[in-house]
Amino acid sequence: MDSFARLLHLSPPLAWMALKLLIVIGGVMGIAAVLTWVERRGAAMMQDRIGPNRAGVKGITLLGLVQLAADGIKFFLKEDVVPPHGNRLLFTLAPALAFVPAMLGFAVIPFGQSFSSGGQAYHLSLLDPGNGMGMLYPLAIGSMAVYGILVASWSSNNKWAILGGMRSGANMVSYELGMSLAVISIFMAAGNSPVGSPVTLEAYDPHRIVEAQEGLWFAVRQPLGFLVFFTCMFAETNRLPFDFAEGESEIVAGFHTEYSSMKFALLQLSEYIHIVTASALLVTLYLGGWRIPFVPNPGVLLSVAAFLAKLLFLCWVFVWVRWTIPRFRYDQLMFLGWKVMLPLSMANLLLQAWLMHGRGIA
Amino acid sequence: MRAYAAILLLALVAACIPVAVWTLAYFVAPKFPNPTKATNYECGITSPGEAREKFHVRYYLIAVMFLVFDVESVFLFPFAVQFKELALFGIIEIGIFLFLLLFGYFYIWKKGALNWE
Repeated sequence: MDSFARLLHLSPPLAWMALKLLIVIGGVMGIAAVLTWVERRGAAMMQDRIGPNRAGVKGITLLGLVQLAADGIKFFLKEDVVPPHGNRLLFTLAPALAFVPAMLGFAVIPFGQSFSSGGQAYHLSLLDPGNGMGMLYPLAIGSMAVYGILVASWSSNNKWAILGGMRSGANMVSYELGMSLAVISIFMAAGNSPVGSPVTLEAYDPHRIVEAQEGLWFAVRQPLGFLVFFTCMFAETNRLPFDFAEGESEIVAGFHTEYSSMKFALLQLSEYIHIVTASALLVTLYLGGWRIPFVPNPGVLLSVAAFLAKLLFLCWVFVWVRWTIPRFRYDQLMFLGWKVMLPLSMANLLLQAWLMHGRGIA
Repeated sequence: MRAYAAILLLALVAACIPVAVWTLAYFVAPKFPNPTKATNYECGITSPGEAREKFHVRYYLIAVMFLVFDVESVFLFPFAVQFKELALFGIIEIGIFLFLLLFGYFYIWKKGALNWE
């Protein structure tokens, strides 16, 4: 640990940033890749099957994890069919349009407790606190996810693809309202909680939000908001029970019906990266970020471990829900989004404002 | 500006991954073009027509309603951040604002714009 601190002091700030960049990219991509395996094994477990267990090197299958490598190689070796009746340029660009915003979302999430060494503060989030964007940034980037799906579906010029794309576009847009209103109540609470450290950060800074959850997590303080945000995350990531973009039992494969080879793999990977980012948002906003209950200062290693444990559990919840709850009907989805989630999130906002007024904060 | 350099770097690295994948797949993947392979996938039957047809106006309505409500929710962000300074005045103000918002909301509800048959 001591030599690490010395190295940290000697190296320029850029090296520290590069290290964090490596952690974020490696961590997000790694978890997303393993999540595809978790999904298949989890599905198998819940359906009383075995799941992928054959692929292996010299008999070593690592519980089917080698399947990941086999799938990757297979994706590269498959023919990449580009439908000539669609828009070839957009068809090729769409996977990147889905992938890049998915990767960007994680940039402000604090994945561990900040520490200071040699009079210098180090923050465990790619972007340092006080950057003026805070939690608004993942919300903004998150809404760009809809472009990847819409562009993919439109450029395919396939009936299933366009059906899936239009449905999921309307779906994601509808649930974004409830989501942002739920987040507004978080900003309100975070900006007005007594904060232990003397740093004054904006109310929407994720570090401040985690700081404000020292006593009680926001999931406990705002259960209604948590419910709305949790539900909206499933709609935003296009996961069951809201996976109208894909809807494999209704519209073949939805927006990626015409996709094959690595382009398909990129679309699939960006869906899993979205799950990781959505889980990270949920952890940061509602489940205390890197905090451990009853441990005020867990330190770097423990706090990162706590964050990772919560993140992985929520990723598992996404898989769990997928194989537990059937897909909604489209009118039910719209009903839930516009007539339940939106009023609920507004009620939550007013309730929180009133409660905080009652406690004499405003 | 230096604060945002990390995001630029992340975007560059993230953009490199699809480019690398495209390039590698371009050289590795086999190519056997075939007129049947190039047709639309429609469960095996011959495609009866263009996929880009007229869409139901409801999707458009949803988009318009989203725009209205999203812009209005943007006005709530400054309120949330300045909650303490605005005090009771802010709560009453936002109550009036939300009342107007809800008025429009119930109007579109009664008009049936939220119904999806």
